[in-house]
Parts: sequence; structure tokens; C-alpha cells
Amino acid sequence: MSTPSETAFDELALVNRARSGDMRAFSDLVTRYDRKIFRLARHITQSDEDAEDVLQETFLKSFQHLGEFQGNSKFYTWIVRIAVNESLMKLRKRKTDRTVSIDESIDTGEETMVREIAAWDEDPEQRYSREELGEILGKAVDSLRPAFRTVFVLRDIEDLSTEETAAALSLSIPAVKSRLLRARLQLREKLTRFFKRKGDDVFAYL
Amino acid sequence: MHTYKCKWFLEELNEYLDDTADAELRQRIEQHIHECPNCWVVFDSTKKTLAVYKGMEAQNVPADVEQRLLKVLQQKLKPNHDEIR
Repeated sequence: MSTPSETAFDELALVNRARSGDMRAFSDLVTRYDRKIFRLARHITQSDEDAEDVLQETFLKSFQHLGEFQGNSKFYTWIVRIAVNESLMKLRKRKTDRTVSIDESIDTGEETMVREIAAWDEDPEQRYSREELGEILGKAVDSLRPAFRTVFVLRDIEDLSTEETAAALSLSIPAVKSRLLRARLQLREKLTRFFKRKGDDVFAYL
Repeated sequence: MHTYKCKWFLEELNEYLDDTADAELRQRIEQHIHECPNCWVVFDSTKKTLAVYKGMEAQNVPADVEQRLLKVLQQKLKPNHDEIR
């Protein structure tokens, strides 16, 4: 997304210092991205405990494999791939739910459903406190099937490109696009209940 | 949501939202949502869906989680560090 910028050069310098054993440089990289990696892992695994394991594994592995980091992708994109793999392994280990595999074939013949047609408020999020909003948005994402959820989290929350998302998940670009569309439409549907324009029922809470 | 045009619109919605549609496609989509109130609602609410998620900031990693992370890294990576030197 961003062309080589000063930050990217800074970052490559940090990576090079970390590679030669400079732990302070590595700590800088860790604290730069640990929040995002934790959030990503929590979204995919839906568990604080698993997310913490993923977080630790991701940075341990990234340090151990720093020699393989080519520098032609962003460091962040590179660790996202590690974190996604670790998160999916957690999901697979649980095996409690047949639908947890990201590789599951999605029935693409199924129509993309749009059931709820209700206009939203101009600034729908204004109606809720930050905390409430966080919970509404988090629950909606969590309710998506893993195959859709993972694509949505990478593309629309973590801001990876379609190509980066495809690479991180070992999916084709058309597969990323079609899952993203489904995820977006399903979320839209789930959130409509909270964000639709209030009309006649404006006094309903009384 | 049943016309051929509405189905076509849904398939192209991502391109429009992600700003990857070319000028001609953009224009055709805009014309359709101008004429079809249902599709306008779908477009508008999906756009807002993305906006609310984009506005959601990553919460801080709980302090103890970050402390444990740094501690684990320090413990496990220290020997590597010494070997390198």
C-alpha cells in the first residue's frame, strides 16, 4: 500500500539490527506491532488465551527466522503471515467445530443473500459508547464463519491488500474477493439491527 | 433484490467500494443505485459497515500480556543472542 517510505527504511534498519542480535531493536519491532497481532489473533481464534499463545509464538518464530525475511515485503505483512498460520493451527487443534478449516470449500453457487433492507443513520456509530460499539462490532465479526471472518479481518480491519491477504491465507485472489463480499454483506445484515435509522419506534424504549 | 441488474450490482459492489472500478463501471453502478432504492441502501450500509470497522482502533494489549510476551522473548532469545556474539 505504501511506497518505500522513511518508516520502511527505518524498519529495515531495525530488522537488520535485530538480525545481528540487537534485542533492543527487536523489542522496538515487537512493541510496534504487538497490539495489531494480538487483535488479529483474537479475532481468528476468538480466545484471549489462544491469542496470547499466538502472539508469543509469532514473535519467537519471527526472530528465529529473521534471516529469511527478504525485505521486499513489509515486516508487518511478513509477521501477519506467521500469526495467521499460528492462529489457524490453534483453530484446527480445537477441532470441535467442523467448520473451522479455512480451506473448507465454500459453496460459491449459493446466492449472496440480502434480506434486510433498512436505511442506516448518517453516523450510526454515534448512538453507542466506544465500549458498546466495540462489543457490537466484535460480536458481529465473531459470528462469521472462520473462512469469511479471516478474510474480512485481514482486508478490512488490518488493511492488507487483496494480494497480501491471498498470500497470507494461501488462497486465490478470486477466492479472497468472493469471501470478502460475503463477509461484508453478512456483517451489514447483522449490524442493520443496531444502526438502522430510527423512525416510528423512536419512543419504543419508553 | 431480484432483478438481473441488482444481482449484477452486488457482484460489482466490492470493486466500487474499494475504488477499483474503472470509470465506465463506476458510472453504471452509480446509475443503478440512483434508480434502485434497495441497492442504494445495500451500498450505503455496506460502506458504513466498512467505515465503522476502519474507525475501530486496536485496543492496547493488556499490560500483563505484553509484559509476559517481552519476558518470554527475553528468556528464550537470550541464548541465541549470545551465540551470535
